Parts: sequence; structure tokens; C-alpha cells
Amino acid sequence: MTAFLLLAALFLLATIALGFLRVHRGPSRADRIASAQLVGTGGVAVTLLLSAASGNGAIIDVGLVLALLAAFAAVAFVKSTAADGAGDPEEDEGP
Amino acid sequence: MSVADILTVLLVSVGLVFFLAGSVGLLRFPDFHSRLHALTKADNLGLGLIALGVAFQVAEPFGIVKLVLVWFLAVLAAASVAQLIARSALDRLPDGKEADKRG
Repeated sequence: MTAFLLLAALFLLATIALGFLRVHRGPSRADRIASAQLVGTGGVAVTLLLSAASGNGAIIDVGLVLALLAAFAAVAFVKSTAADGAGDPEEDEGP
Repeated sequence: MSVADILTVLLVSVGLVFFLAGSVGLLRFPDFHSRLHALTKADNLGLGLIALGVAFQVAEPFGIVKLVLVWFLAVLAAASVAQLIARSALDRLPDGKEADKRG
């Protein structure tokens, strides 16, 4: 069972590597941050598989942090590209 | 092999197929919004299936609760993030160049 779980984690890493091709190609910055989301989701799945393979439950916490950071990265990207007056409540709407 | 092991192999394998589909969709789809669509749906379904498969290998109940929480956080984050990125990409031109909005 351990061997299967490790092989599955390896396969997942390969699919994440496929996603990096999109980071390389672009063309827009939004495409690249979407690929970063793939790394976030895939990374969480890899940590789940590794925690089951090694019997170490603490690895799941690493996955939690990874999911959180991927979401924050995307939100930071959106906030940095949003035009003024796009309805961001944290921005001043005045002239 | 016990029944739990067989279920784990089955669920994790199906989850891997969804992850592969998400990556292929990210590479092959023609425009940004369909790429985002492939990515956010397929990947989170794959993550759910893998979490379910791994849950059969966890002994203590709290470990299973934690797996469910991880998946829930990932789905919640993916849903809101996909919405935000898709909206921020709306003012970009279809050929990938950014619309000149800073003028």
C-alpha cells in the first residue's frame, strides 16, 4: 500500500510539472497564477498521499498551509491587477 | 488486501485521472476562461477523491475530520479564487494581451 501511495504522489508531481508548461507559455499573467493554483491543489493532494504513506499525520498540516498560501497568492494577484474603481472595498473610491 | 485498501486504490486512482484531466485541460484549452474552468473543477474533484481514498488508511477519527477540513478549505478557496481571477481577466483581450487600462 505504501508503494502505491508513493507512486500516486509521483504521478501527481508529474501532472503538476505539466502545469508548469503553462506557466512557461503564459501568455497572460492570469494564466500563470491559475497554474499556481494547480500547484496549490496538487501539492495538497501530494501531502495527503505522503501522510498516508508514512503514517505521519503532521504532514497534513503542511497541506493546510499550502492551500492557504495558494489562496492568498491568488487574492494578492487579483488585488494588484484590479483597476481603480473596480469595487474593491479596501480601496478609496474617491477621486 | 483488505476492503479498505481496495477502496483506497480505486478512489486515489480515479482522483489521479481527474488531476491529469485538469492539467491537460490547462495546457490544451484555447482561452483563459476555459483553462480556469478545467483547472478549478477537475482538480478539486480529484483532491476530494484522493482525500476520501486516504481517509480509509487513517486509524483515528480526528485524522478523518482533518482530511475533510483540508478538502473543504481547498474547495472554498478554489471557488472564491476562481471567481476573482476570472473577473480580473475579463478586461483582457482574447489574444492574451492586456487591455490598456492604465492609459
